[in-house]
Amino acid sequence: MAVLEVKNLSCAFGGLMAVSDLSFEVEKNEILGIIGPNGAGKTTVFNLITGFYLPIKGSIIFNGKNLVGMKPYQITKLGIARTFQNPRLFKKLTVLENVMIAMHKVYEASLFDALFSNRKYIQQESIQRDKAEEYLYFFGLYKRKDEIAENLPYGEQRKLEIARAMATNPSLLLLDEPAAGMNLNESLELVNLIATIREKFNLTILIIEHHMEVVMNICERIIVLDFGMKIAEGKPEEVKNNPRVIEAYLGKEVKGVIH
Amino acid sequence: MRRNLLTLTILILILFLSVLSKNLDPYIYQILVFFGINSILAVSLNLINGFTGQFSIGHAGFMAAGGYFSAALSVYQGEKLLNILSFLPKDLAQGAIFLVFLILGGLFSAILGLIIGIPTLRLKGDYLAIATLGFGEIIRVAILNLDVVGGPRGFPGIPKLTDITWVTFWAFIAVVVIYRIINSSHGRAIISIREDETASESMGINTTYYKVLAFSIGAFFAGIAGGLFAHYLMMLHPSSFTFMRSVEILLMIVLGGLGSITGSIFGAFILTVLPEALRGFAHLRLIIYSLTLIIMMLVRPSGLIGNREISFYRIFKFLRRKGIN
Repeated sequence: MAVLEVKNLSCAFGGLMAVSDLSFEVEKNEILGIIGPNGAGKTTVFNLITGFYLPIKGSIIFNGKNLVGMKPYQITKLGIARTFQNPRLFKKLTVLENVMIAMHKVYEASLFDALFSNRKYIQQESIQRDKAEEYLYFFGLYKRKDEIAENLPYGEQRKLEIARAMATNPSLLLLDEPAAGMNLNESLELVNLIATIREKFNLTILIIEHHMEVVMNICERIIVLDFGMKIAEGKPEEVKNNPRVIEAYLGKEVKGVIH
Repeated sequence: MRRNLLTLTILILILFLSVLSKNLDPYIYQILVFFGINSILAVSLNLINGFTGQFSIGHAGFMAAGGYFSAALSVYQGEKLLNILSFLPKDLAQGAIFLVFLILGGLFSAILGLIIGIPTLRLKGDYLAIATLGFGEIIRVAILNLDVVGGPRGFPGIPKLTDITWVTFWAFIAVVVIYRIINSSHGRAIISIREDETASESMGINTTYYKVLAFSIGAFFAGIAGGLFAHYLMMLHPSSFTFMRSVEILLMIVLGGLGSITGSIFGAFILTVLPEALRGFAHLRLIIYSLTLIIMMLVRPSGLIGNREISFYRIFKFLRRKGIN
């Protein structure tokens, strides 16, 4: 069953078609990779799904609901979480606070409960804190919980971003280049982490990535974008040998040129 | 336990002040009243500028709106209500009426904040600053042309109801309300907007709602401060609410520390006492203000206290660390 259905999606900035007539489906529990050269429109697709951009045409159906026209926070509440290409942590706040903010949508104490500091407020605060600590524990960041987010090493900042996205309790997770800036070891560790969270949280994952060892290791299916259009789709090994994909990445051979 | 202790301390302080105020030197008394009013203004502006990160410089406008509204109520409805409540002891009736009028003034200002906030809070940074500045001026010019409240002649005959007890009480309420909001998930949502609005929204936070909420709460307390100001001076004039007044409030929080409640109170204290100390060189006051701001921006852009809070616990920890070394 398809969790997410993208149909004939188009998005333009001025005269530039960033995404044109894109259709694809994401099955429940699968890990789908989106690859393509720089400027192919991959992040734009994420921004369209999460409601940061408005498409000029097409629909995005998530569990039977059309997301087009919804605000980003409403889409998050439906169960789609994302990370960003460059970590967008709440830099001056602690690691724990970063995760707690992501759990705001299940916080039940109203503003008035907080003003009177009543029992409900105290109870909700401690629930939020405990749950956030659980997430940090799972992601191996518990020891860092009182540190300021921007003081974490880069790899842990990326991990915290995933932890924070998971704290919104999503059923679909969008990862935008999670391995950017990581070395081989770190990115293999990341592959393990992604596989583990899929199992544990019963997730469907959509991932944009340039590191081929990550993509080939983890994705069950891959979509290749070029100039906003889908040029290939299929299993990793099929895509790898697809001539159109090779052309998009490496350019076309020109006949009659002597090498 | 620690919280109860704090409440008790403040209550004793308020009681102490009201007893003490009878023998206080009137000059010192007035400075203390203005310090209290300025604290309310600074703490409430800090909710908007420091915690939500929305650069607003129209606070004097909200102060004027609330001040004029509650003053007009006192002048036109005060006597009537006092007659209706004549079965109560006079002080009590007067106090109850004043409380209601102050709150109504605050609510009027909050509604104005809501009306102004919804369209302008889409703007960011400098653009928002200019829009709020414009609205502050619109409020002032509107008052200048309202004949019911005296227009350019000023609005005299407001009963003197504000005393130091009222001011301390409201300063206390403002601090507690904003402190408690900030220390809840709602407050963390507000702070996350300051840190990164895009990320905040993708965490499921309705950023527009929280921005408008913070703006309205800020406007509410500015309105209360305006009401206290009006009922202390017994006379209002539009010239008390010019752009310079907004800048002064902004200066308090920049000086004390954006995003720190204790910092804004500290800033309010300095900017209430400093002009008095500089009375001898009144003509240099604006130069000293601007120089202070420029030096602060160069030397310590996060304000004297930064975005931390001062607490007895922190001071104690600091002293102990010093003692060991």
